[in-house]
Amino acid sequence: MKPRPFNYTRPSSVAEAADALAHYGENARILAGGQSLIAMLNLRLVDVEAIIDISQLKELSEIQLKGDVLEVGAAVTQNRLLAWPELEACVPLLAKMLPWVGHFQTRNRGTICGSLSHADPSSEIPLALALLGGSVVLRSKRGTRTLTADQFQTGVLSTARQPDELVVAANFPLNMGSGTAFRETARRHGDFAIVGIGAVKAVANEIRLGIGGVSARPFVSSLRFEKASDIVAEIEKLVWQFDGYEDMHATPRMRRDLVRHMAPLVIEEALA
Amino acid sequence: MNEIKASERVEISMKLNGVEVSARAEPRTLLADFLREACGATGVHVGCEHGVCGCCTIILNGVASRSCLALAVQADGAEIETVESLAEVDGTLNALQEAFRKHHALQCGFCTPGILMSLTDLLRRNPKPSREEVVNVVGGHLCRCTGYTNIIDAAMDAINSVGR
Repeated sequence: MKPRPFNYTRPSSVAEAADALAHYGENARILAGGQSLIAMLNLRLVDVEAIIDISQLKELSEIQLKGDVLEVGAAVTQNRLLAWPELEACVPLLAKMLPWVGHFQTRNRGTICGSLSHADPSSEIPLALALLGGSVVLRSKRGTRTLTADQFQTGVLSTARQPDELVVAANFPLNMGSGTAFRETARRHGDFAIVGIGAVKAVANEIRLGIGGVSARPFVSSLRFEKASDIVAEIEKLVWQFDGYEDMHATPRMRRDLVRHMAPLVIEEALA
Repeated sequence: MNEIKASERVEISMKLNGVEVSARAEPRTLLADFLREACGATGVHVGCEHGVCGCCTIILNGVASRSCLALAVQADGAEIETVESLAEVDGTLNALQEAFRKHHALQCGFCTPGILMSLTDLLRRNPKPSREEVVNVVGGHLCRCTGYTNIIDAAMDAINSVGR
């Protein structure tokens, strides 16, 4: 299908983008990489009066180390961050997760912040942000505010972004834990994950576990254990806390089983 | 600020396969449709129209991209390469295309242009990718005829025969 007609605005600064959003409010959408948005426009799942294209804005194209966070601008594509030479050293979890985000061809245009704004419960970047305890920076004519990942994503395809706000950057904390790991189960590499699990070793006997695809938003929990043999029992407690998320690909029971199988492997890898 | 009204048809200029072209389009026109209908680049195949099948993959400003997930107005001033750029003017196939023919890597050929453009981007970044890397890139495409084995064999043959 083809999108319905819409006005196309290309602001020359973030301030102009905020002006356009203040004008259109709920009747506009921000276009960055378009890898979710244009698909939804084509399917007419999104119906808006105006598209505001920020993909060319230089001020949103920066990857910067700022104190104890890595700040990624809203126009930075997934493949650009993946190719950034310091990613592995700064945020190793992202270096492991990004190759799982969509396909090579969609990562060439898809953005980090766009994936966060889209807020698909099975997607990897919101899971990384939640697991690392990162944040999202929002801008509007009223000012700038920063929300934690937990405050930002409120549910399936839902965030705390107000209609006049745009996401300008995402902040990923540096030096989180000494070991990280990520695994995903999908129909085919690049498809939406059925279950994705990330782990970060916090201290000696504690693991932070982030699980995507099992609830309306990323499920994050800290797992404490005395010895490695406790891990299975701890995971068993965890799987009964999921929302029971279900779609055409998997039942809640299958998702629990996937977590039972995958989580010990991910934890083992993070502890190694 | 530059705003184009929904009903307005604006002039879009781009370098398509090395040639400057321009034509008019509405904001809602997808790049894939613009390339096919306004520019005659019918090697850009439109399959699913939501970024899943990969048939419409082109090289946009140097990177393989879904042309159904970009607007024509976004490509104003861009450099675009489509499958039409691969063979010589006299029809001589390039090494990758020749390998596809040799390995019978296509049957109906609908998915082929997109796969060729994705592999072209991959080989420019890394002339000697592993089989696994090729599999990952081909994974961004759907082929309903060949079962992928011949496609991957063809790509590996083209890669291994370079510089031989």
